[in-house]
Amino acid sequence: MAEQVFTYITYKEGIADDSALELVAAAKKLYPDASLTAVVTGSGADLDKICSEMAASYQEVWKIDNPELAYPNAEVIQKLLVNILPKDSIFLVSHNTFGMDLSPGLSIKMETAFIPDAVDFEGLEGNNLKVVRQEYSGMASTHVLCDISAGAVINVRPGVFQPDESKSAGGAVVDKSADAGELSASRRFLEIVEAEVGDVDITKEDVLVSIGRGIEDEDNIEIADELAEVMGAVVSCSRPIVDAKWLEKSRQVGTSGQTVKPKVYMALGISGSFQHLGGIKGSPFIVAVNKNLKAPIFQVAEVGVVADLLEFVPELTDKIKEG
Amino acid sequence: MEILVCVKRVPDTAENEIEVKSDGTDIERDDLVYSVNEWDNYAVEEAIQIRDNVGGSVTVITVGDEESEEVLRREMAMGADKGILLSDDAFEGSDGKGLAGILKAEIEKDNYDLILTGAQADDGAGQVGGMLAAMLDLPYASLVNSIEVIDDKKMKVGREIEGGNQEMNEIDLPCVLSIQTGINEPRYVGIRGIRKVASLEIPVHGASDIGISSDSVGEAGAKVKRVDYFMPELGDGAEILEGSMEEIAEKLVELLKAKGGIK
Repeated sequence: MAEQVFTYITYKEGIADDSALELVAAAKKLYPDASLTAVVTGSGADLDKICSEMAASYQEVWKIDNPELAYPNAEVIQKLLVNILPKDSIFLVSHNTFGMDLSPGLSIKMETAFIPDAVDFEGLEGNNLKVVRQEYSGMASTHVLCDISAGAVINVRPGVFQPDESKSAGGAVVDKSADAGELSASRRFLEIVEAEVGDVDITKEDVLVSIGRGIEDEDNIEIADELAEVMGAVVSCSRPIVDAKWLEKSRQVGTSGQTVKPKVYMALGISGSFQHLGGIKGSPFIVAVNKNLKAPIFQVAEVGVVADLLEFVPELTDKIKEG
Repeated sequence: MEILVCVKRVPDTAENEIEVKSDGTDIERDDLVYSVNEWDNYAVEEAIQIRDNVGGSVTVITVGDEESEEVLRREMAMGADKGILLSDDAFEGSDGKGLAGILKAEIEKDNYDLILTGAQADDGAGQVGGMLAAMLDLPYASLVNSIEVIDDKKMKVGREIEGGNQEMNEIDLPCVLSIQTGINEPRYVGIRGIRKVASLEIPVHGASDIGISSDSVGEAGAKVKRVDYFMPELGDGAEILEGSMEEIAEKLVELLKAKGGIK
């Protein structure tokens, strides 16, 4: 019998998240002949659209139509999954803000192991799945062994598995709405507050001068401003700069900020967490300036300068001025 | 409001270059600078602000060795009222579930209205808060970047989600929240502040004090075990420009011109 793997599909405005097909690839890496089941929740036309799309990639699609599930409140989805998933299930979900909310608690309620933020699978050794993870902001990788004989909840990092576009599953949509069970919640979804629009739209810029923790002090931001001016670029930043309230949230690049598509991206004093890199699309020419050669940004940059940006950037600005 | 904040002592990745030992068993820890996990520090600040607004107390707790006492003391210098250190040889090597179980055992001895953790720590897992909530059968919200106390029964909390948007929820108390950085501006703690709390006693509780059997935690109880550390593969990796600062700048200007980076 083929191994069964379950996933949960997140979608927005009738469009499935990229993770829907990334999880197909991840499941096939786990078990090449896996029988895949997608759980899709919601109500109305969007739900039916997503279910029929997913049937192309999953052998079974479990549709749960319930107005209580119009918004995926992790507490409610957790209850639902405990009610419908078989004991000892292998369950994959994206390590996005929903999966991070859902999975740790789900693993406790399902009495299974939990693997957060998996970046690769390296096969089974008996009951033990060998998983690659990262620690210390991506500066060290680690292998973990996880006994999955009694099931597992596995969060898969977004973007690390190439979406499986084969769409050859020829699956069936099964309406499981009647099995949803009791779904009352102590946490109630109210609304989404949209991000504020700032004075510049970094998503439309071709050249970004982006600063991170390495800028060290708010007063030093003028070094980046001066470089941006001579380059004809706009200043953006990584999360710590916004946390420190030095720049507006609208200038933050990353999964929790803006997704940008520049031609050239200057990463100044940015270590390059996966959340930051997740906000850079379209394969720009990335230049990394960082004191720490171990910073993950050097893995994705085309060109690196190992230096203190406070010394190097003014030098670069002067050279550009000289023409 | 009685508030508990779970904190962790971690190597400060902003201050350290992380190196893996040649045998892969661990990272090089000899010269590491340790500090309180950044996310936890925001959680403690938030707890202090809530207490100052509505009354109550803030307790900080950690699972660790005697060196972890210094981070408890630091957070007490910030304004936390009490510290509790959970320490036992049996706790070593615990996975996330083990840690959550240790915390649960201590937490059940008291009545807390609000339990906060950082959204993640040095291992990037972000798991203890959600596990703890499930073990205690309490509601949970992760990645919280705003908290508004409505009354002693419920709060309005914002969660940071993709695209810079915020998901607003109403949540019943007691509850567990994991706190995202940027929710507030943690206050500065000076040497004098730490001296002031130097003599405060911090109780140390072991496995038997909190009534958990040592085979359910530590390495023995772990389902998820770290095998080794290795340096991330460099992919294609960046071409590192060499030379004097001036030479590097000149090379980079040429590259940027060619790629359309200078208008």
